[in-house]
Amino acid sequence: MAGYLKIDHVDKSFERNGVTSEVLKDISLEIEQGEVISIIGHSGCGKSTLLNLIAGLTEVTSGAIFLEDKTVSEPGPERAVVFQNHSLLPWLTVYENVNLAVSKVFGAKKSKPERHAWIMHNLDLVQMGHARDKRPAEISGGMKQRVGIARALAMEPKILLLDEPFGALDALTRAHLQDAVMEIHQRLNNTMIMITHDVDEAVLLSDRIVMMTNGPAARIGEVLEVPLGRPRRRLELAGDRTYLKCREAVLKFLYERHRFVEAA
Amino acid sequence: MSAEAQFETAVPSKKAKVFAFPAPSSNRRVDFSKLAAGAARSVIPPLVVVLLLLLIWQIACSTPGSSLPPPSVVWEQAGELIWNPFFDYGNGDIGLAWRVFASLQRVAVGFGLAALVGVAVGAFIGQSVWAMRGLDPIFQILRTVPPLAWLPLSLAAFRDSHPSAIFVIFITAVWPVIINTAVGVRNIPNDYRNVAAILRLNPIEFFFKVMVPAAAPYIFTGLRIGIGLSWLAIVAAEMLTGGVGIGFFIWDAWNSSRLPDIIVALVYIGVVGFMLDRLVAGFGAFITRGTAAN
Ligand SMILES: Nc1ncnc2c1ncn2[C@@H]1O[C@H](COP(=O)(O)OP(=O)(O)OP(=O)(O)O)[C@@H](O)[C@H]1O
Ligand SMILES: [Mg+2]
Repeated sequence: MAGYLKIDHVDKSFERNGVTSEVLKDISLEIEQGEVISIIGHSGCGKSTLLNLIAGLTEVTSGAIFLEDKTVSEPGPERAVVFQNHSLLPWLTVYENVNLAVSKVFGAKKSKPERHAWIMHNLDLVQMGHARDKRPAEISGGMKQRVGIARALAMEPKILLLDEPFGALDALTRAHLQDAVMEIHQRLNNTMIMITHDVDEAVLLSDRIVMMTNGPAARIGEVLEVPLGRPRRRLELAGDRTYLKCREAVLKFLYERHRFVEAA
Repeated sequence: MSAEAQFETAVPSKKAKVFAFPAPSSNRRVDFSKLAAGAARSVIPPLVVVLLLLLIWQIACSTPGSSLPPPSVVWEQAGELIWNPFFDYGNGDIGLAWRVFASLQRVAVGFGLAALVGVAVGAFIGQSVWAMRGLDPIFQILRTVPPLAWLPLSLAAFRDSHPSAIFVIFITAVWPVIINTAVGVRNIPNDYRNVAAILRLNPIEFFFKVMVPAAAPYIFTGLRIGIGLSWLAIVAAEMLTGGVGIGFFIWDAWNSSRLPDIIVALVYIGVVGFMLDRLVAGFGAFITRGTAAN
């Protein structure tokens, strides 16, 4: 199945007060079903913008994005997003947050007990079943992020889009969630596109790493294959030659060739 | 099945140590001594102040030529209004509770309409940039029109005092509801809109499941201002339209020079207005619990 998701010469510019700022320039990428792609690049280069384009939350300025040969023109549950800031609805409990997605996506297809089982299944997948009746304000950042992942997974998306899903988490929590995501991918073989700032995370999780040049008018600078088998275990990989080479390649790209010029 | 097992090993069971950040405890055990102390703190100071004020008032109005009655006279002449709010001697001679009740019914209808229309219109305006640009200046001007200024127009339009009074309540209370709802809807975080877009919520689902809860703190601010204004307006409107309400009672008492009755009625109005405000505020706090903190 060649070109499951096809990003075809996409430009994106924002216009504000008559001033046009080019953010993305001539982005082309083909992603296969079941692939895990990381997008890495300096802050502000347009990673979230690219993800939003794939999600359909913003429109391309020119070019097109195809999912299974159909143009992506609006957001939909088959391209679920795990937002950088989790974006749970604070007035709903953990269960209700997932339920909102499940009853919308499977309202017609599954009976009520089936939906309940499916919600609990997904919460248990991220080990959040025990907190089903808590509100987002009552759980930690890592827990919120896991609920966000459960909500996205519960939609059974064709493509899971993750925008720095572990950005705000401590190293230990982060490692747990990375393992959880790898495990879920292993099991469901879904397509994932993940933005990250973390080089280790990119190499550990992905099949290919898309490295973006600095904005404005960011392009895809390089695409790095990560030829590591799965399942991957972080401890075994720590000294692995391929792993280290990939890591070095990404670091070189980020810090030698495309040093972040603007004052951060 | 094996995948399940693998997952278990992938995430060690020590998770409690890793993930269990202290959640705010929802421990709601009632501590009575604390409760009593709290009650004393909030009841005793105002009580002392009230007694002091009554004393000053008594002294100030006890001179023979005083134009206003002192508390003792109020108690003497309007005592029954105070301690028996529910009498009914027929012929429209009824206790103040019944009068307040009549006024509250009008407020309920007028304010209820204002709440419904205000939230709906506010949501529409908050959603649409152009509606906002077009309507907001008009609303900002209309909302400053004093309630009573609407009364002649409304009497002319309805030709009856009862709907006119209700209309005045409505038109007074609706602006803060509209404006606050619109601001609340405009301030809905983009994240929530994105979630709704990805789930493809239709406009009705979006309204009930995202817009109203997200804007609830703003909506309740508007409702709270609105109920206060309603209560202001009903008393004034009833003075002019007559009927059995508390406002007309004051007007009537004035016409028959029963100053003590007026003073008692003022206290009733103040207390009821305060309770209405608390009611809406408490209801809002109950509805929006958990929404504010994120
Ligand atoms: N709605 C918008 N209107 C105008 N400019 C925008 C808009 N959204 C993003 N931009 C601009 O596009 C550029 C890229 O933003 P984007 O959020 O995609 O960066 P990013 O790579 O995700 O950064 P970070 O790593 O910090 O999250 C920024 O310069 C930003 O100012
Ligand atoms: Mg971003």
